[in-house]
Amino acid sequence: MRMPTLDDPSRNEDFSVVRALGEAPSFQPGERVRILTRHPIGHYRVPIYLRGKEGSIEAVIEPAAVDNEEEGFGRNAGSKRHYYRVAVPMTEIWPAYAGSARDGLRIEVFETWLERI
Amino acid sequence: MVEGDHNHSHGDHDHDHDHDEISLTGKPGYYDIMETAVRELLIERKLIRAEEIRGQIEVIDSRTPALGAKVVARAWVDPAFKVRLLENGRTACEELGISFYDDTQLIVLENTPDVHNLIVCTLCSCYPRPVLGLPPDWYKLKPYRARAVSEPRAVLAEFGTNIPDDVEVRVSDSTAIVRYLVLPMRPDGTGDYSEQQLADLVTRDAMIGVIPVRLEQ
Repeated sequence: MRMPTLDDPSRNEDFSVVRALGEAPSFQPGERVRILTRHPIGHYRVPIYLRGKEGSIEAVIEPAAVDNEEEGFGRNAGSKRHYYRVAVPMTEIWPAYAGSARDGLRIEVFETWLERI
Repeated sequence: MVEGDHNHSHGDHDHDHDHDEISLTGKPGYYDIMETAVRELLIERKLIRAEEIRGQIEVIDSRTPALGAKVVARAWVDPAFKVRLLENGRTACEELGISFYDDTQLIVLENTPDVHNLIVCTLCSCYPRPVLGLPPDWYKLKPYRARAVSEPRAVLAEFGTNIPDDVEVRVSDSTAIVRYLVLPMRPDGTGDYSEQQLADLVTRDAMIGVIPVRLEQ
């Protein structure tokens, strides 16, 4: 979790607000992440073929949005966290990928499905 | 489409041939019955009104690829608009009066000489409906959904689109809250085209990323 620090230029000395856990994005563009291997019962939005794969954060998707997986059961109403546009090389997903090694996949993933590596 | 009086023409062709009768045939399936039951319960309990369902069908029917084509053509002729479009697809479309009636965001992906973008939804059929309308049937079929992410170059070749090896293929899998629209490259030889003439060249499939925009369709 990135927290404001004393030397953070975005910190306003006259009006110093510390964001609560979950308000600020946990990951920043360029960071390496792994998509978690998890098998929830019920509604999910992370395709199985990407579980356990490693990639990097391309962008934080704004604005923060509801977790579709919780919303699908009527929970988490109004509680929003960040989605990330995650870049994963095709060769990471498919070891025998036929095509340029530069080819890649992009997918939006909710914050709770990512871990830093 | 509802067939009524048959002495009409639909713009592009005269209509003196027969159509099959439009009617429901066979029993409704499990999900048809469930949809009807849920809809009738919601209306009976006054949680929604029948007019709201009809209104939403009208919203969907008003959205066609012509809207997306207008957005693409504007981006080709107005560099400042293109910057805003790539920055935030949703608010840029709203500038042109294209409302987003749901909570989805829109990321516009620019095709360049170095990068070719392709869109798929492997989980279901997420698609930028506010700006393109309903997706084509092939977009929802499992072979397209599975193969677009595993062998995109082969899928593109089947659409007649051969991507050189030195061009990066970038597949965007739309599965949650974001929808994607491809901004295709403007074809050569269109320097003197009007914005409307440019929009007329832009097809739905080019905005999914399976083909480029060509002068000859």
